[in-house]
Amino acid sequence: MSMIDYTRELSVLEGKPSLRELDELISKPLETKPNKKFYIALSITLSMMGLLVIGLGLTFYYGIGMWGNNVPVGWAFDIVNFVFWVGIGHAGTLISAILFLFRQKWRTGIARFAEGMTIFAVMTAGLFPLIHVGRPWLAGYLFPYPNQHSLWVNFTSPLLWDVFAVSTYFTVSLIFWYVGLIPDFATLREKTNHKFKKIIYSVFSLGWRFSNRHWQNYEMVYLILAGFATPLVLSVHTIVSFDFAVSIIPGWHTTIFPPYFVAGAVFSGFAMVQNVLIIIRKIFNYEHIITLDTLEKMNKVILLTGSMVGYGYAMEFFIAWYSGVEAESFTFLNRALGPYAWAYWIMITCNVVSPQLFWFKKIRRAIPVMFIIAVFINVGMWFERFVIIVTSLSRDFLPSSWAYYKPTLVDGMILIGSFGFFFTWILLFTKALPVVSMAEVKAVADGAQPSHKEHS
Amino acid sequence: MMSEKILYSYTGIFDTPNAVIHAAEQVSKEGFTKYDVNTPYPLHGMDKAMKLPPSKLGYVALVFGLAGTLGALLSLWWVSAIDYPIVIGGKPLFSFPAYIPVMFEVTVLSASIATVLAMLFIFFKFPNNSHPLHGTEYMKKVSSDKYGISIQAEDPKFDESLVRKLFESVHAKEINPLYWDNDEINHKNKIFEPKFLVFLLVIGIITSCTAYFTLNKLMFMLPFNWMMEQPKQNAQQRSLVFNDGFGMRQPVTGTVARGYLPYVFKGQPDLAGEKLVNPVPISKESLKLGQTKFDIYCSPCHGYHAEGDSRLRGQYPNPPSLHSEKVRKWSDGRIFAVLTDGQNVMPSYSSQLTLDERWAVINYVRALQRALNAKESDLQ
Repeated sequence: MSMIDYTRELSVLEGKPSLRELDELISKPLETKPNKKFYIALSITLSMMGLLVIGLGLTFYYGIGMWGNNVPVGWAFDIVNFVFWVGIGHAGTLISAILFLFRQKWRTGIARFAEGMTIFAVMTAGLFPLIHVGRPWLAGYLFPYPNQHSLWVNFTSPLLWDVFAVSTYFTVSLIFWYVGLIPDFATLREKTNHKFKKIIYSVFSLGWRFSNRHWQNYEMVYLILAGFATPLVLSVHTIVSFDFAVSIIPGWHTTIFPPYFVAGAVFSGFAMVQNVLIIIRKIFNYEHIITLDTLEKMNKVILLTGSMVGYGYAMEFFIAWYSGVEAESFTFLNRALGPYAWAYWIMITCNVVSPQLFWFKKIRRAIPVMFIIAVFINVGMWFERFVIIVTSLSRDFLPSSWAYYKPTLVDGMILIGSFGFFFTWILLFTKALPVVSMAEVKAVADGAQPSHKEHS
Repeated sequence: MMSEKILYSYTGIFDTPNAVIHAAEQVSKEGFTKYDVNTPYPLHGMDKAMKLPPSKLGYVALVFGLAGTLGALLSLWWVSAIDYPIVIGGKPLFSFPAYIPVMFEVTVLSASIATVLAMLFIFFKFPNNSHPLHGTEYMKKVSSDKYGISIQAEDPKFDESLVRKLFESVHAKEINPLYWDNDEINHKNKIFEPKFLVFLLVIGIITSCTAYFTLNKLMFMLPFNWMMEQPKQNAQQRSLVFNDGFGMRQPVTGTVARGYLPYVFKGQPDLAGEKLVNPVPISKESLKLGQTKFDIYCSPCHGYHAEGDSRLRGQYPNPPSLHSEKVRKWSDGRIFAVLTDGQNVMPSYSSQLTLDERWAVINYVRALQRALNAKESDLQ
């Protein structure tokens, strides 16, 4: 116990599975018919998505007057949900790109899934700016293109930067994901005996033949994509935070926003990945691919980013007082003690207090506890965006225009529906594609790499 | 039939990464160039064993990334400073700091897309599902848990017995020849097959019809009504809200709209002359306004100088001159009564002239009268 050999890298996978066992295990959900549980889960998420359809239908038909938004709170659930979902998306790229650059082998078991979550989360997030514009069928005007009106978009506006950031993020994540899937499609192509599946896998594998001359370029491209995705993921939430920081509303106009938003995004994204993975590894028996060690490492990231978020909250208060700006200090006191104090204290409890439990190793390794904490963090991070957006708008410089914002039923339907949309995609993903990268996991299995002793 | 088949390559299967790396080193040492190693995942050190030159894809990323940066900068400059110069928030037309986010995103987007497309379609010549290695037992094995080397028959050093011996010397588990399939040799580009062309045509037709329908028809169906129908009350419309059924409302009792002071001296011009006082002071502006309105409405009958010299040449009875003693002695209010009520043949001008304009016309008439009947004091 006292003598631990730190020079030897611990195995990422438990139980020394053979390479073929890994193939069988990972491709099993694709080769078996979905069971009853899957259909029950799917019917739940589809019903939730039904709420989204109804909510959006009402919104499109009658207009966004169906929402609780009104002067002065012109941004509410729509933008809260947008920032929340974009934030969820950040964990995937962090795991697949940043941890790749840091050579963290434990990422291999969770990277594919987290990348998938990124794509679905950004798709969900993308719904909100579109419906927020009121007439979503005119959303094409957001993009600069030569048009018959001779108009161009305003390139100095953070909202336009957002269009570029989110659409670039989605495209690059999708490419990254697909490039990672190509060898797995080829493995599935060779494995399957089903004629129709073989055609599909052949088309998507593009004829990949595991050539080392290809692997060499492939690894280079993976490195380049990771190198680009790393600053990209940091830029996306930075630009989302500019939507607020570049304005003059007290509580929004702060320079701390970019780092604090990025930390919060990674924080909430890891919590969501944690939540979903705990269920996935159980259902598909991936306990020795997505090991307890991996979950513990994720908890450490949650602890780190959660502490950064807590520091951000404290620093906002400090600067509000230290700057001596009356409106700014009022806004922060109003957050903690005003009409939205309930939301503020939910946020503090969930985001600042609950992750601190991860200082204890026992809690870091207790699956039910970490699941509950991750749920708390998701709730807390949703409320963080609510607190930032709604409290700042509801009481700005002019007391005569203050108002208390209340969401409507349609707001609630769209919020619940967005979860339905996201989880429907997740469920379909688990049955349609390998949720763990076979090539990457095999590459980190015990004995999968040459020992180099005789060659060096 | 076997003998008719054309040899593609000899393949050796290995069980461990160490064995395949060692074998690849030997194959490379023997001077073979047209060979490949197939592994289910990238093996560390294999590039060195095969003596592969470094990947050139980094240059693709560099070139397309820089092109994206510059392209974005140039188009932002052209749009904001040349084609659509609008000052926003007091910023200069070319505001570089505000362009950095968009430039960054375009850089990442163009570099990522270009690198991946270059890798797949130029470097690898994908999609290619008709390679001789496809559909073989060899491929099945190397896609899962075995490691393989395939030495091609077209290599100048290739010799069946030599290659077999080489594989045996490095302890290959299985050694097999691989042959071309007939359809792989006769493989033609499927792009020109009629089936594919028809498929493209159908896709094209569906896309254009959908685009036409969406942009020209769907966008103008409910609920996309472009705000043409709005839940609001227009003038002259029947109202379901008000008891009297009128959309338009009466003013609140006792209130007077601006400029619509009621005239209470109708039919009593003398009383009006007594009671009404000209509220418009004589000034350059009011005289100017009075002249404009007089020339438009009064001069056709009364003449430009109010001398009763009508331009209508007797089609109407000529009106009297306004320079008569009677009119000169009338108070402003008395003249106002004539303008408002009309007199003899002259109709009311209350709908053509507002209250202030009527008083301004009166001021102008006074100036005309003074011009013909100047006083001694005017000369001083």
